[in-house]
Amino acid sequence: MAVNYGSKRLAVGAHYGLRDWLAQRVTACLMALFTVILLVQVIFSKGPLNYDKWAGIFHGQCMKFLTFVVIVALLYHAWIGVRDIWMDYIKPVWVRLSLQVLSIVWLVGCAGWAVQVLWRV
Amino acid sequence: MTDLVSPTRAKRPEFRNINALADLPTYRLPVAGIVSILHRISGMILFLLMPFIIWMFDASISSEFSFARFTQVFSAGVGFLPGWFVKLVALAIIWGYLHHFIAGVRHLWMDINHAVSKEFGRSSALFTLGLGTLLTLVLAAKLFGLY
Repeated sequence: MAVNYGSKRLAVGAHYGLRDWLAQRVTACLMALFTVILLVQVIFSKGPLNYDKWAGIFHGQCMKFLTFVVIVALLYHAWIGVRDIWMDYIKPVWVRLSLQVLSIVWLVGCAGWAVQVLWRV
Repeated sequence: MTDLVSPTRAKRPEFRNINALADLPTYRLPVAGIVSILHRISGMILFLLMPFIIWMFDASISSEFSFARFTQVFSAGVGFLPGWFVKLVALAIIWGYLHHFIAGVRHLWMDINHAVSKEFGRSSALFTLGLGTLLTLVLAAKLFGLY
C-alpha cells in the first residue's frame, strides 16, 4: 500500500466514500420518514390549519425527538452533498477549502437556529 | 485503497476549457442526466435558502403573533419585497424539495433493486420530472390562491 501520511498524504478528495455514501442514504430515509409523518398530521387535521394546530404538531416530546434527529441528519446530508459539489467543480485548493469552511459555518449556524426554534414551542 | 498517486496508473481523459455558454448548451443530455443535474441544483437551492426555511419555521411556530406576521409576509410582502415575490421564493423551495425527494427515492429504489437498465433509467427519470412538475404546479395554484 502506498504511503498516505506525512508529506505523501493526500490532502484533497474524500477517501471515505462508502461511509458517506451510506450516511447519505440513511439520513435521506430519516428525512423522508419525517416528511411523511408531518404531511399526514397536516393533511388529517380537521379544519383550517391555524397556529394552535401547527404548533401542536411539534409540541409533544416524540415529535421534538424526531425533529431534532432530522435536523442533525439534514446537517450531515447537506454537508456531504455540498462538499461533493465543491469537489467536482472547484479545483483551486484554497478556494475549495474556503467554500468548505463557509459551508460548515452556514450549516452549523442554521442547525443551531433550528434547534433553538424547536425548543421554543 | 486504490493508489491515486502512482505514475503507473492509467491517465483518465480530462476535458478542459469547456465554455459554459458556448459548449454546455450543445450537450445533449439524456433525461436521466437532466434529472441528475437538477438533483444537484435543487440541493444547492435548498442549501442556500435554508435561512428562509428556518425563518418560516421560526415565525410560524414561535407565537400566535409571529404566526400572524408569517401569513402577512406572504400576503403583503416584507420591506421592499412584494408578497408575490416571497411566494415565488417559497415555490422555489417547494419545487426543490419535491424534485430532490423524488429523485432521491429513485436513487434508493435503484440501489435496493439493482434495476439499472437503460429503459428503467429513462422511464423513471421521465416519471421523476413529470411528478415533480405536476405537484409543483398543483401547489403553486394553491399558493397563489387559484383554488
